[in-house]
Amino acid sequence: MPEPAEPQTEIVYRHRWTTRIWHWLNAFCLFFLLASGLQIFNAHPALYLGSQSNFSDSLISMTAMRTGDGSLRGVTEIGSMDFDTTGFLGASREGSGALVARGFPAWATIPSYRDLATGRVVHFFFAWVLVASGLAYVCVSLFNGHFRRDLIPRRGELRTVPRAIGDHLRFRFGREAHYNILQKLSYLVVILGLIPTMVATGLAMSPGMDAALPWLLDIFGGRQSARTLHFMTMSLLVLFFVVHIVMVLAAGPINEMRAIITGRYRVRHEANEEIS
Amino acid sequence: MTITLTRRGLIRAAAIGGGAALLSGCDRIVQNPMARAFFERAEDLTMAAQRSLLDREALAREYSESEIIQPQRPNGSISPRDPDYRTMAANGFADWRLSVTGLVERPQSLSLDELRTMPARTQITRHDCVEGWSCIAKWTGVPLAAVLDEAGVKAGGSYVIFRCADTLGREKYYESIDMIDARHPQTILAYGLNDETLPISNGAPLRVRVERQLGYKMAKYVMGIEVVGSFAPIRGGKGGYWEDRGYEWYAGI
Repeated sequence: MPEPAEPQTEIVYRHRWTTRIWHWLNAFCLFFLLASGLQIFNAHPALYLGSQSNFSDSLISMTAMRTGDGSLRGVTEIGSMDFDTTGFLGASREGSGALVARGFPAWATIPSYRDLATGRVVHFFFAWVLVASGLAYVCVSLFNGHFRRDLIPRRGELRTVPRAIGDHLRFRFGREAHYNILQKLSYLVVILGLIPTMVATGLAMSPGMDAALPWLLDIFGGRQSARTLHFMTMSLLVLFFVVHIVMVLAAGPINEMRAIITGRYRVRHEANEEIS
Repeated sequence: MTITLTRRGLIRAAAIGGGAALLSGCDRIVQNPMARAFFERAEDLTMAAQRSLLDREALAREYSESEIIQPQRPNGSISPRDPDYRTMAANGFADWRLSVTGLVERPQSLSLDELRTMPARTQITRHDCVEGWSCIAKWTGVPLAAVLDEAGVKAGGSYVIFRCADTLGREKYYESIDMIDARHPQTILAYGLNDETLPISNGAPLRVRVERQLGYKMAKYVMGIEVVGSFAPIRGGKGGYWEDRGYEWYAGI
């Protein structure tokens, strides 16, 4: 009698409490850092390359222009190209419903209204939490083998990248206890690449840190380049967040959420895989 | 009772839009005085961390002539309307005097010519505004340490207050730094900008340069220097015009 090819499931302990706490701390910190960061950006919504702001040659700028009939128009300039971004970038509606000049809209900033001082206070507070919890996580993960066992690709595993991309594009996910190769790579990029870059480019914008550690200016090509890189890396983190959420929804949001809250994850052993 | 119900109704109405609720929730968090005070504690951490990393004498980067590509961008007050200031400006600041008072052995009243005959320092540095932009310019002036030594700081003199001629909003601008920054070699009282006399838009006749901090620390239109033990009794008590409005006193970040 052939066995029916019914998948067998079982609950495994997937995420340690350190990983879970760190995940939610990060989610919380990055939310506040993003929204307060956009508040800070709005104080001068333009990006430059080099040490200083060449005011006649910005890389990206968001401005509000008064049109012939007196209404405001939000204009985003990227290089020499202009885009009408009224309602989103350059000019958008505030609580009163009136169009006002502002880089990012009220719904994207903390506070919603213009308040650079509060944006800075919030930003630097959560930056400290992010750095402290990040350092603790890296120390613990080196110590308990989380990096080695769960995140560093195994020998030969990189060869499975093309197949994993194909599976993800078709929204076909195995429910295995271990991270697949794309998860490993993207988590490593975030943990070892994007977050450290955010911290370092943030520090390179500090005049005090620039006096203490002048090489911060050199590795990023000047304070304004560091500010631009801070913004670009933020965009990559937002992109990671969007893909991360899509993947969670596609792979089974209830199982995924239970795993990252309680640590317990239902895995499915494909019957045919066990036979082979 | 009616008020409570109305408020509840309002909150419920706000909660209808999920985004709107999240937003107003965040606004309420950051407006809460206890939360705000808690968040502000990070400033002490930042200052302690930077001061422990930062050699007292560590210099801010100095740039080359070729990196001066544009006029120094003026910000804040750029043309004070205060009548006393107007009168002095009309006379080329001939009657202007810098007073040095407070916890000093020998209070001073220095003219612009007297300051110009003191040993000068010229530096090409990057001005970082709290808004996010930077601008490189050449500043010439007398080191603040030299002026403080002329006056002789008394024991207990921990902070230098800069009293300014300009009114921003409804109040005179003022600022403060501690003795570590006051005695830093790049902290100068500048009377020259890009090889010319400091123009009114940038703080004529005298402005401070505190190169390891943000622009708002670098008071313009300086009239007086006062050495004090604490800035708590002065004005809003936070040590500066912008500090009284929620900005950090330590602006090294």
